[in-house]
Amino acid sequence: MEQKNTVLIDGQVVEINGEKNILELTRKIGIDIPTFCYHSELSLYGACRMCVVEVEGRGIMASCSTPPTPGMKILTNSPRVQRVRRTVLELLLANHDRECTTCDRNGSCKLQDLSNRFGVKKIRFGERDVKLPLDHSSRSLVRDPNKCILCGDCVRMCSEVQGIGVLDFAGRGSQTVVAPAFNKNLAEVECVNCGQCAAVCPTGAIVVKDETDRAWAALNDPTKTVVVQVAPAVRVALGEEFGLPAGEIVTGKLVAALKRLGFDKVFDTSITADLTVIEETNEFIKRLQSGERLPQFTSCCPGWVKFAEHNGADFLNNLSSCRSPQQMFGSLVKKHWAKDLGKKPDEIFVVSIMPCTAKKYEAALSNMTTEGVADVDLVLTTQELARMIREAGLVFDQLDVESFDTPFGFTTGAGVIFGATGGVAEAVLRAAHEFVTGQPIEQVNFEAVRGFADRKEATVEIDGQEIKVAVVHGLGNAKKLLEEIREGKADYHIIEVMACPGGCIGGAGQPISPDRETKKQRAKGIYNADKLSQLRKAQDNPMVAKFYERWLKEPNSAEAHEALHTTYSNRGRITGEEIQLIAGEQPKVDIAVCVGTCCYLDGSYDTLQKLMKLTETEQVQDRINLHATFCLEQCEKGPVIKVDDEIINAVTPETVEKVFKEKILKKLAAAGE
Amino acid sequence: MKQEGIIEAQQEDRGTTHQRKFEKVNEIIGRLGRSRSALVPILQEVQEEYRYLPEEILTYIATALGLSPASVYGVATFYAQFSLEAKGKYVIKICDGTACHVRGSNPVLEAIKKRVNLQGNKSTTDDLRYTVETVSCLGACGLAPVVMINDKIYGQMTPEAINIIIDELEKEDAADE
Ligand code: SF4
Ligand code: SF4
Ligand code: SF4
Ligand code: FES
Ligand code: FES
Ligand code: FES
Repeated sequence: MEQKNTVLIDGQVVEINGEKNILELTRKIGIDIPTFCYHSELSLYGACRMCVVEVEGRGIMASCSTPPTPGMKILTNSPRVQRVRRTVLELLLANHDRECTTCDRNGSCKLQDLSNRFGVKKIRFGERDVKLPLDHSSRSLVRDPNKCILCGDCVRMCSEVQGIGVLDFAGRGSQTVVAPAFNKNLAEVECVNCGQCAAVCPTGAIVVKDETDRAWAALNDPTKTVVVQVAPAVRVALGEEFGLPAGEIVTGKLVAALKRLGFDKVFDTSITADLTVIEETNEFIKRLQSGERLPQFTSCCPGWVKFAEHNGADFLNNLSSCRSPQQMFGSLVKKHWAKDLGKKPDEIFVVSIMPCTAKKYEAALSNMTTEGVADVDLVLTTQELARMIREAGLVFDQLDVESFDTPFGFTTGAGVIFGATGGVAEAVLRAAHEFVTGQPIEQVNFEAVRGFADRKEATVEIDGQEIKVAVVHGLGNAKKLLEEIREGKADYHIIEVMACPGGCIGGAGQPISPDRETKKQRAKGIYNADKLSQLRKAQDNPMVAKFYERWLKEPNSAEAHEALHTTYSNRGRITGEEIQLIAGEQPKVDIAVCVGTCCYLDGSYDTLQKLMKLTETEQVQDRINLHATFCLEQCEKGPVIKVDDEIINAVTPETVEKVFKEKILKKLAAAGE
Repeated sequence: MKQEGIIEAQQEDRGTTHQRKFEKVNEIIGRLGRSRSALVPILQEVQEEYRYLPEEILTYIATALGLSPASVYGVATFYAQFSLEAKGKYVIKICDGTACHVRGSNPVLEAIKKRVNLQGNKSTTDDLRYTVETVSCLGACGLAPVVMINDKIYGQMTPEAINIIIDELEKEDAADE
């Protein structure tokens, strides 16, 4: 019998080798079937119908969700397939705000690209006649629902990979939209600004906020000294924007381009990454010796920090107090280096070039300032820098290489590997052993924490003690890890978390590229740069030693804390909501009981119920307001209640009666009739 | 039967109504279980209680079920049976299908709005007594123009007739209170 494990694709015999769907099989033989809603890293959705093929005897089918069966005869470009594809595109375009020329994704839009590729010349189904409002609330992203094709990629990215679920489908039929809860703005919900939704969006419906105008304005302002810092991950990705292969290290050309654009000084964020290693390792060793606040979590990823502020109140104390390298840099420039130049903080304009959208949010935080001026004035992504280079007409490939300026220009390999998942952990390991024992380590490569596995682990011995390290990337993986720690199933000393899959090289500010291979190449580039560095360990950086000598005294000193560390705060998941429970006729006391996630899990509903009973038995219902609220931002000591302006922690059903008597009844008595 | 429950609730003072409803929400969640598959039944029962699905209650349900508020919102907006806006005690639907339109549904609509004091594009009165909506063809074109109040159909409406019907409703309410 000829019952082989093969199918016929466009007349070609192809063997099935465990491929889950027809799409994978066609890609194997070099046929690129168009898709919108298929992403190998996300679950199957199968709704856009872009990926159709014709299967003999079965008709038109979605190749992404049809498994190949032996003997299938598949046509990928038959007249019927062509017709269906074109219709799918026309239908999408009919309901799309087709302002390509002014769109941020002009040139990198999949809808535009496929319409072009499949020769859509006219649209038979009319025009979109509604215009929904744009969401400009986020520091990092802009949402334009008028450009959404409802592929659901962002929905699945945010919930499956990031474990958050900020976005979902809402409404039905022709009114369907993809939106945050209650159609709120991104800034009002638990979005961490990682931008991964924008990175998978095939159109201009979610884009990185473009702030190149502010950069040009600063560069053209004669009263400002404009300095720029460049993050490690940028140098292995920027080249892609100019036709160079992913992972190629373009540091020299990048520096040259920035100088030609008019920046007064061009610096390297890797140097403050080295500084981070020293501060964070010392902090870690102290905790290790005292046994307190372990595991220590890294804090250089603002996406992760915000995630923890929303969902990990019980771990906020465990985060390293170190600012991210970007913010350490801004702080040193404005607090110390400015004095060397005889300038005030507001006379220096600090720009950073980052692979990251969340850094835009971080730079705008109110506690990241010097004398009331932001430490980092403007964050541009790799994409935005590429736009500026093009606008200036610089032919990137032909630029002569240049090198970073002093004093923030000399870096070690340790600071550079911050750009890839595992890098921070590895850099800390290179330092920890030496700090504890005084003996430098021979082998600086810690291969176990490199690579793209969901969770990487290593155990290293330092001075007879076993140190357990874990590295996660993608917030969904972080969420799982937090749960395991809470349940006592996981136990580590130090944990590195990066919000973006792959770490910063996979940040949403990087050139848009959907595939994992690109990220792998970028990571390779990062480790190559490390290998080629003269010095591999942060503690060997002579410039960093100078910073301590001149400005910071010693690691974790008061001076270092002032310039290089920060604090965190709890954040609710959603803004501005309360459940009214008792609205007294003549309220004298206002009581709020938190039913946010942490407090709810701590049993706040029982507290609330007991409280309602008490108000009933004491007959004070006319004289109080009682409402349930979401997160009073004290989550680590739940259940939390608020009596007028006073926050009271840990009010359990057992203690609530006491609190009621001492706080509420007393107040009522004092308020008199 | 439903009607009675509502009236009863309204007789209690405002504070305890909120409280009783919220306790009911917790009872519903407790009974149906804190799992995703229980979400639609939970929303159904909660809507019975509040006559709509308030945002903050949806957030609360999301918290209790361990879901994201966006996905609960998604489900609540997907099914036509759910409403995210407060509805009045009396939901007045006036048909604006072709037959009703031609026979003068518009003056009837205007008369209702004037009577219950609804301005602009608000659809529910501030005292949560009336919600006024237009719908397309109620399938009773022979009786055009048609008005439906809660589950009851009224045919051949005129501005005068609808005023008399609303008079009746108010009289009943006054008697109950
Ligand atoms: S999203 Fe794409 S198709 Fe739509 S306007 Fe922008 S570039 Fe054009
Ligand atoms: S930026 Fe990140 S957290 Fe925010 S919606 Fe997009 S994927 Fe979700
Ligand atoms: S916003 Fe973008 S990714 Fe999300 S559903 Fe719309 S088109 Fe798809
Ligand atoms: S890619 Fe197959 S249905 Fe969307
Ligand atoms: S959940 Fe944050 S204080 Fe209650
Ligand atoms: S048009 Fe009003 S019932 Fe048919």
